[in-house]
Amino acid sequence: MSTGEYSSTGLTRAELRELNRLAAIAVPASAEYGVPGADDAVIFADIVGSLGRDTNAVREALGLLRDIAGGDFAGLDRATAAAAAMALLGRDEPAIAALGRVMLQCYYRDHRVMRALGREPRPPYPKGHDLEPGDWSLLDAVRSRPPMWRDRDQRGK
Amino acid sequence: MAADDTPDTARPRDETVDVLIIGAGASGAAVAWSLAETRMRILCLEQGDWIKPSDFPSNGRDWEARRYADFDISPNRRARDTDYPINDDNSAMKIANFNGVGSGTILFTAHYPRLHPSDFRVKTLDGVADDWPIDYWTLEPYFAENDRMTGVAGLAGDPAYPPHRPTLPPVPLGRTGTRYARAMNRLGWHWWPSEVAVATTEYEGRAKCVNLGHCTPGCAQCAKASVDITYWPHALRARVELRTRCRVREITTDGRGMASGVVYYDAQGMERFQPAEIVIVAANGIGTPRLLLNSASARFPNGLANSSGLVGKNLMLHPWPQVIGYVDEELDGDRGPQTVMWSKEFYETDPARGFVRGYTLQFSRGTGPANEAITSAAAGRLPWGKDHHRVYRTLLYRRLMIGVACEDLPEEHNRVTLDPVLKDSHGIPAPRIDYTIGENTRRMMEHGIARASEILAAAGANNIAASRVLNSPGHLLGTARMGLDPERSVVNAWGRCHDVKNLFIVDGSIWVTSGGVNPTCTIQALALYIADNIKQRLATLFD
Repeated sequence: MSTGEYSSTGLTRAELRELNRLAAIAVPASAEYGVPGADDAVIFADIVGSLGRDTNAVREALGLLRDIAGGDFAGLDRATAAAAAMALLGRDEPAIAALGRVMLQCYYRDHRVMRALGREPRPPYPKGHDLEPGDWSLLDAVRSRPPMWRDRDQRGK
Repeated sequence: MAADDTPDTARPRDETVDVLIIGAGASGAAVAWSLAETRMRILCLEQGDWIKPSDFPSNGRDWEARRYADFDISPNRRARDTDYPINDDNSAMKIANFNGVGSGTILFTAHYPRLHPSDFRVKTLDGVADDWPIDYWTLEPYFAENDRMTGVAGLAGDPAYPPHRPTLPPVPLGRTGTRYARAMNRLGWHWWPSEVAVATTEYEGRAKCVNLGHCTPGCAQCAKASVDITYWPHALRARVELRTRCRVREITTDGRGMASGVVYYDAQGMERFQPAEIVIVAANGIGTPRLLLNSASARFPNGLANSSGLVGKNLMLHPWPQVIGYVDEELDGDRGPQTVMWSKEFYETDPARGFVRGYTLQFSRGTGPANEAITSAAAGRLPWGKDHHRVYRTLLYRRLMIGVACEDLPEEHNRVTLDPVLKDSHGIPAPRIDYTIGENTRRMMEHGIARASEILAAAGANNIAASRVLNSPGHLLGTARMGLDPERSVVNAWGRCHDVKNLFIVDGSIWVTSGGVNPTCTIQALALYIADNIKQRLATLFD
């Protein structure tokens, strides 16, 4: 895919290529589950357009990825790129957490992904949701307990 | 340093008001409404905005993402222009708050337990910290009044509390609550449907909850009782004035050592002076000490109302580990108010546990699709790569999550001070937090994690894991404590500063101890109690 149209988002075109390849490895398309990957054009556009507060963190993470890859991550063969991506995503660092968050928050609102999960792709409001009332007879065992609270002032017992 | 007299005439001076309230959150709204019947001229200055229901995240498909952006609980992450930064680098818990009309009630889960009677008598009963100068029974009528104003869903008869009757039916147990309840009955442990500030039926013009499942970052349905839609409409109809985007820099004093008003920045950024006969601070347990410390003057060199040296000290934040597990059936997930029930089985002290005081177990319904992925990936439960989709389907809507709401004992080294470098957008020194978790609390946390893990196992969960990475639940308490001894407290038993007799504090700052519950309900009852004292003592208020 062309990534040139995202160049106004705060990432360079090279960074966008790296992020796109990383997204494809992190959350790959799956025929088995009927879902696109996070590098899907629509989803990736959402990711890039939603970087916002996380832009610097993502840049930092991509810098770490280049360090792991020994240079050009986008140019690595598939297996080496996957190994580098997994090494990066396995790190416990704020920038990596931010990178994961920006991918997942967009992936799991895509209408195709939601439908594949059996979810209606819509905001919670105004329709809301149905909720089963539950079995209140379960509370009978608790109702019969004596008072549990301590009252030094002895004004309530 | 502030002038020790009414400010100079260079800055615009507003008309004098009888009562000036700083902050339009849980306590500021309650005190404003209660005092309105006096027909005094009452003004509230709030640094944030009104938040429209249409602004809340649940209106859009990006509702989960906005919890990490403009509705994040951290002011440092959220970084709205109405927020102020907080240096919490040296705190074991990161600070949560919200600035706007409604304040923390905009971003709260609406879990609404009262403090227990024993919480007011911790020294007498358990030999730690200090007793409060008031007791549960003093507040009981104000709890009831606050419940009526708020609309509290729940069920009468909880053996963990003195008798009282919530105003509305409880939230549904749902599949998740039913699963928890069966587990608790198997263990023989106490549980009860949570009292929550959610309209489960239409109430006072508010619509009934439709289970948007996104209570914390605001309720588009207006079923959650944030004070912008409970107290404030009543207060405004009673002619209380509320000015938004007005950030108070300092409280000024006159030659008699009385509060004379405040210097603030208005919505246009202009510095103004607002004179007042009575000043009431309702700026939360961090904002209030920040303001008092920023109000130092020649007469009050260590900060206003700080002859005790306790302003900013004894900060309590409620350490709140969470234990998560997953079951083999689909549960409620993000559908419905997040908090479903509580357990007080381990609330009262049992010396055999190796710590004093106790905790509430708070049972949550679950979370949404994006948040499940984000938190599970961060925790290492959800892999990246080829196995991602398979594992995700074992997690989504199968989560059980129990929070351990630990009582945090007051320790003077846990404190709010002024950061020497960091400032807000008006150049006002920002707060710095120094906070560690005490040994008693650590033992309590581990006990609670172990019990919550037992519960999840009894509920048939697997993949059980505890999170000890602690973010503050936004409970900011204890930094201007109440008491009878002016050398050991900042305000007296009815919220008046010992040092400044027309200065009152009504927010969580005045708490002596923290209990192990969400504080909003008790904060509001305290504010109503203090307002009632002001009304009853008007003729001798400054004596």
